[in-house]
Amino acid sequence: MTANIIIATVLVHLFTALLQLTFWRKTITQRVLSVAGSLTGFAFALGLFERVRTGPILTMNAANWEAPFGIVFVADQLSVTFVLLTAIVALAVSIFSATGVGRARMLYGYFPIFHFLIMGLNGAFLTGDIFNLYVWFEVIIISSFVLLTLGGRKAQLEGAVKYMALNILASTFFLTGIGILYGITGSLNMADLSQKIQWVENQAIINLTAMFFLIGFGIKAALFPLYFWLPSSYHTPPSAVAAVFGGLLTKVGIYGFFRVFTLIFVPDDFIKAVLMGIAVMTILTGAFGAIIKDNIRRIFSYLIVCHLGFVIGGLALFTKIAFIGAVFYLIHDIMVKTNLFLMAGLIRHLRGTMNMSKLGGLYAQYPKLSLLMAVVLFSLAGIPPLSGFWPKVYLFDGGYQGNDYLYIGGIIIGSFITLYLVARIWSEVFWKRAATDDFVVDRFKSLQWHRKTLLVLPICLLACSSLFIGLNAEYIIQIADKIAGEMADPSPYIEAVLGK
Amino acid sequence: MELLLVASIGFLYAAGVYLILKRSMVRLLLGIVLLGNGTNLLIFLLGTITKGKPPVIEPNLKVLADIYSDPVPQALILTAIVISFGLTSFAIVLLKRVYALIDTDDLDDLNTPEEEDI
Repeated sequence: MTANIIIATVLVHLFTALLQLTFWRKTITQRVLSVAGSLTGFAFALGLFERVRTGPILTMNAANWEAPFGIVFVADQLSVTFVLLTAIVALAVSIFSATGVGRARMLYGYFPIFHFLIMGLNGAFLTGDIFNLYVWFEVIIISSFVLLTLGGRKAQLEGAVKYMALNILASTFFLTGIGILYGITGSLNMADLSQKIQWVENQAIINLTAMFFLIGFGIKAALFPLYFWLPSSYHTPPSAVAAVFGGLLTKVGIYGFFRVFTLIFVPDDFIKAVLMGIAVMTILTGAFGAIIKDNIRRIFSYLIVCHLGFVIGGLALFTKIAFIGAVFYLIHDIMVKTNLFLMAGLIRHLRGTMNMSKLGGLYAQYPKLSLLMAVVLFSLAGIPPLSGFWPKVYLFDGGYQGNDYLYIGGIIIGSFITLYLVARIWSEVFWKRAATDDFVVDRFKSLQWHRKTLLVLPICLLACSSLFIGLNAEYIIQIADKIAGEMADPSPYIEAVLGK
Repeated sequence: MELLLVASIGFLYAAGVYLILKRSMVRLLLGIVLLGNGTNLLIFLLGTITKGKPPVIEPNLKVLADIYSDPVPQALILTAIVISFGLTSFAIVLLKRVYALIDTDDLDDLNTPEEEDI
């Protein structure tokens, strides 16, 4: 079914960014515009989500060029779920940025670039054309380069060099893969590729091409052994930026995996084994990397890596039940990881540091805020009624059915270490008596009440989303089930795009 | 023509990988640029390479009767060149800033231990 509303979320963020560019020195106007733009984007995303959830897959042919000749935008359940999650994260982060980002950064175009980044994310999730996906990836990385380096501190620039080099390399791999794919099949439309790739006689070259995509997406999704850029760059930018990066940027790589490895390359046993090996190693290296860190943002960075392993393992099992677990985990992960980085920003406002050895006594001084953060931390660890618990049930089930005990062991170790870290953060940051009160820089207390609200409200919003996901798990499982169905059988997608 | 292209693609990829493995930041950047150019040539090679056969249908025919040179790869390369131009110029400015700050070209010196972040 053709519907032009698909593109609305992309356009909203594009025009928000353009409008903000005309208010270059007026940071108050930019802040208001940013929140308004994100709210509008959220409304459109919610509308699109409901329409696709209850109706058929929507498509839009750019400039009326019929698929597979033109660029097509497709809104299936997987895409719209990602678009909705992006909208929620964008809303939370633009509210947080109003106070959490310094005025100096805003004067150098923080908000326009942020909205270009969100535009790129929406575009990447909605496009049905593999080269167009590459272009959206580039929109995302060039915006993220600017956000990462804005401010120009030494640590930021050092992190940015690693981030930049590996991300450009990933794009080159991705582009090489696309080039070879076009050479073999003569098509760039993903639905069309899905059909044409079955007619290729030389399946060895298909596997080779799949490896190019695996490396390209693997670098972007920060999987073992290509994840080193992530922990060495994500702790450097302002917390608002780190929240978008941690919540969404690595997930674009995962989205690429979900899309390409279910629609175009249906993995054979070899690729499944490679993916599973990568998944288990990602879980272990991420978890063990996090244990020794003292800075809470570095811990969260390693935990991102660790938990992405869970998701890729779900993809590697390649059964419907594992897909449900992987998709559900991803929905939970985007909310929680964004919130963790926002929380780190709030803690820095409260105490002026993010190192656990210097922190302490938050629970005594701010009991309500601490309880709010406890909800987030417990969701992360997966304490039963909260959101991290349910997807693991499905992942375990998938692992048992596939007799993949290595993966199950990996999940157990990863979850256990996460729980240990949550306990450690809770005792070091909240319970432990603060070492010396003389050095505490509490920038939060002196803020006006509306600024305090702007810092706490987004954390509340995301914590409520986490609670909703955990307590209303049945609804999320319905969504995840529909997505898993689409991933296991792409024929409705192909039919919607090609119209036959 | 194809053979020449294949050889130069191989050379560009090899040189790019070799330069990326160096510790110098400038060589890293040059390596990335060479890899990007190798990829562009690869896409060019994978479209049909013929001379003087535009993808235009003769007025008295309904379909293309002959082999034609595919315009899509050229459009792809053009897009990729523009994007890599933007990325490369950003990378050059970034490396210059880093060089001004830490006064070295060695990637191993990029790990200043750091206590506080914003």
